[in-house]
Amino acid sequence: MRRREIHKPLEARKASPLIVSLSAVLLGIAAGCVFILCIGKNPFAGFERILFGALSNTRRIGNTLGMSTQLILIGLSVAFAFKTGLFNIGASGQMLIGGITGSILAYYLPLDMPRAIYLPIIIVASMAAGAVWGFIAGFLKAKFNVHEVVSTIMLNWTAYWLVYDFIPRFIIDPTISVKSRPIETIHTLRADWITGLTGFSTLNYGFFLAIIMCFAVWFILERTTLGFNLKAVGANRFCAEYAGIKVNRSIMVSMAIAGALASLAGLTYYCGYSNIMEMGKMPNEGFDGIAVALLGNCSPAGIFFSAIFFGILKMGRGSLAATGIPTEIADTIIATIIYFTATNVILASFWNGIFRSRFEKKEDAAKAAMRKQGDTSPIESLTKEKFKVYAKEGKALLRAEKEER
Amino acid sequence: MLGIRKEFPGIVANDDITLQVEEGEIHAILGENGAGKSTLMSILFGLYRPDRGVIKVRGREVSIKNPNDAFDLGIGMVHQHFQLVHNFTVAENIIMGKEGGFIYDIKKAFRKIKEISERYGLSIEPDMVIEDITVGMQQRVEILKMLYRDADILIFDEPTAVLTPQEIDELMQIMRNLAAEGKSIILITHKLEEIKAVAQRCTIIRRGRLVGVVDAASTSVEEMAAAMVGRPVSFKVKKAPSKPGSPVLEVEDLSVMNSRRVLGVKHFSLTVRSGEIIGLAGVDGNGQTELVEAVTGLRKAESGTIKFKGRDITKLSIAGRNEMGMGHIPEDRQKRGLILSEPISSNMVIKLFTKEPFSKHGLLDYGEIAAYAEEITDKFDVRSGEGIDSLAGKLSGGNQQKAIIGREITADPDLLIAVQPTRGLDVGAIEFIHKQLVEERDRGKAVLLVSFELDEIFNLSDKIAVISGGELIDIVDTSSTDEHAVGLMMAGIRKGEK
Repeated sequence: MRRREIHKPLEARKASPLIVSLSAVLLGIAAGCVFILCIGKNPFAGFERILFGALSNTRRIGNTLGMSTQLILIGLSVAFAFKTGLFNIGASGQMLIGGITGSILAYYLPLDMPRAIYLPIIIVASMAAGAVWGFIAGFLKAKFNVHEVVSTIMLNWTAYWLVYDFIPRFIIDPTISVKSRPIETIHTLRADWITGLTGFSTLNYGFFLAIIMCFAVWFILERTTLGFNLKAVGANRFCAEYAGIKVNRSIMVSMAIAGALASLAGLTYYCGYSNIMEMGKMPNEGFDGIAVALLGNCSPAGIFFSAIFFGILKMGRGSLAATGIPTEIADTIIATIIYFTATNVILASFWNGIFRSRFEKKEDAAKAAMRKQGDTSPIESLTKEKFKVYAKEGKALLRAEKEER
Repeated sequence: MLGIRKEFPGIVANDDITLQVEEGEIHAILGENGAGKSTLMSILFGLYRPDRGVIKVRGREVSIKNPNDAFDLGIGMVHQHFQLVHNFTVAENIIMGKEGGFIYDIKKAFRKIKEISERYGLSIEPDMVIEDITVGMQQRVEILKMLYRDADILIFDEPTAVLTPQEIDELMQIMRNLAAEGKSIILITHKLEEIKAVAQRCTIIRRGRLVGVVDAASTSVEEMAAAMVGRPVSFKVKKAPSKPGSPVLEVEDLSVMNSRRVLGVKHFSLTVRSGEIIGLAGVDGNGQTELVEAVTGLRKAESGTIKFKGRDITKLSIAGRNEMGMGHIPEDRQKRGLILSEPISSNMVIKLFTKEPFSKHGLLDYGEIAAYAEEITDKFDVRSGEGIDSLAGKLSGGNQQKAIIGREITADPDLLIAVQPTRGLDVGAIEFIHKQLVEERDRGKAVLLVSFELDEIFNLSDKIAVISGGELIDIVDTSSTDEHAVGLMMAGIRKGEK
């Protein structure tokens, strides 16, 4: 394939999403420091405790990754819907659906079933159930123009009461009648070798599923016609419609996939990270996942790292108590980071300004060097390499001039 | 404005441009799409900072950092897309940002608005609500807004693009009134007749450089066009008589609802044959949109049938129609035609990405997509900063349109429906697009041209169908009619009626 050479003029760097997200994190942490100072404690001791609680030994690292597993999957779910222009805030409900499906199957499937058969069954079944749950919201949007924010919130509560009914009906723990009977370890996503390796942490196969899903989501969005389809609908549904893309079908497919991802998060949470389901409890992770997706700029790699970062804050906060700093400080930091992520335009223009002024300084230096060399070609025509050489040379030149004076 | 230079990634938008406007003068700026007119005006209005050059107002060098600075210097701009709040009244829109204190005196504002309106013949009532008034009146509200802020230098950015012929005449008169009162007017346009009609002098820009300043009265339209494009331009498309073949599109007794849930198209019948261009003439809003949307599948037909190549497609999906060989250059290129946040390459395969060679077994082949997009942008001279990787939204309007037309023609359709294909484009681009449409016809394709501009209809069509109030008034041979007759039909008057 022949690609035309395009002369890209020299210009200042542009702020990347990564740099914007990192600045949001730094600002959030700085704000956290201020809060801790305000209550008269040492912020460094606080953050040392958070890191200690989250990462100081293999068990803690395992727990942190175990916590991050849900966040990765929920983040992917939110991001996937978002790429199609949909806002999935029904991840909590979809988690419950995935969890209850997995829990019921774990209860009724025979314990002597080989794991190689058992695990795929519960994974596929809970993803399918979540897909149906997500599909309902997509269907309501496509056919009756019900906004997905409204329908997914309603479906959260539908799932909540469904679980409330299903636990006593199918899987009640006879000793404590507000939760399900604990699932036998052999029927959870936990694996002896991982549990052994990480000192009996909550880490389980779910983490690997989450990594696989990161790749799968990236692949679907970037490499397949399905992804092209969904992104086109998200970016401009009028153009997609004009081009013959079935917009309504895309909305339903996208919500179904988002539902499946969130539902898988529920499976890893209730049948891996934990082994019981409680009646009357809406999982918070569904909402944390929105923050994960936002901070991760809706890209699978970004979501992976932002989920682990949130996992560290969430696991580490327990250790804060020892220093007298309220554990809510960790949640406050997360909230602050979300605020800063939402102001990404300001952050980006701040960095662009810095890059620009640095570039202009370089340009001045290069011009000085060119004058000395007698190079009269316009600065716009320089190649990148040549510009760099000139800029370096000119910098030394300008410094020497300054010293002389 | 002296020696202005402004660069954007990949493009020098303005290179050493000087523009001098005198008091009480109507000064036109003429240039192709993407020549740098809008950039120059944005610099004057404080939206961009120039890389080089100085701006002087009334002999004093000034620095304009933002639109507020421009306002303070008496510079006002009437944008192509009006900046009005739709459910506010005229007066509220005008005083917005200039309320003057926490409690504003609406009566005083009313008096001032009325006074300005009468002085310049704008005939605007301050208590009318924006969404209830015509586009032409909305534009006059924009003008009033500038005058209310005591602007002396008024910039008009393509002001006639959205107006009917009558409204254009009215606007011209308003401009003359303004100039007579000592206001300076900068008119950005590529409609040469308008320049001849109102402007004293005209600054011509080509590809970011100044070509020259000419006297509007003594320079011919052809000379101005040639200076702007850089070569002689013909306004008439050369074409041989058509050789119509078999029917490609047959619309029979079609009725379509419009967005207000009443019939927008009523019992409409029309046949388009291969090898001919049918021009659909009519005033905007007379059912053209509904008709085209029904034919292309974007809107449901209420009754009647649509046949394409002999097959009934009334209930066929949009994708099905595309696949059968229907090409559609949509009316709104930014809403329907392109995904502005995606690169050109993706936009070029938006209808084809599920087909080989662009994808196999559901996996995209980016190499093939890029090669195909390169082919289109080369052949149709689509210019952009970063080639096919440029986001569609970064292209100028003319290049966006060329990309869409390139995409539709390269897909080799049997029927090409072109709606307002040259809206807002300059004469160079119009000439190019007209030639492409005629070429399609000569290759035996059927073309349905929908346009609100009679010149275009007469220039291209073999037959003219006139629509008014959603009904077909008549179909006539282009050679046996004239603009006056078609104009009457557009007003809904049938032949023999008076």
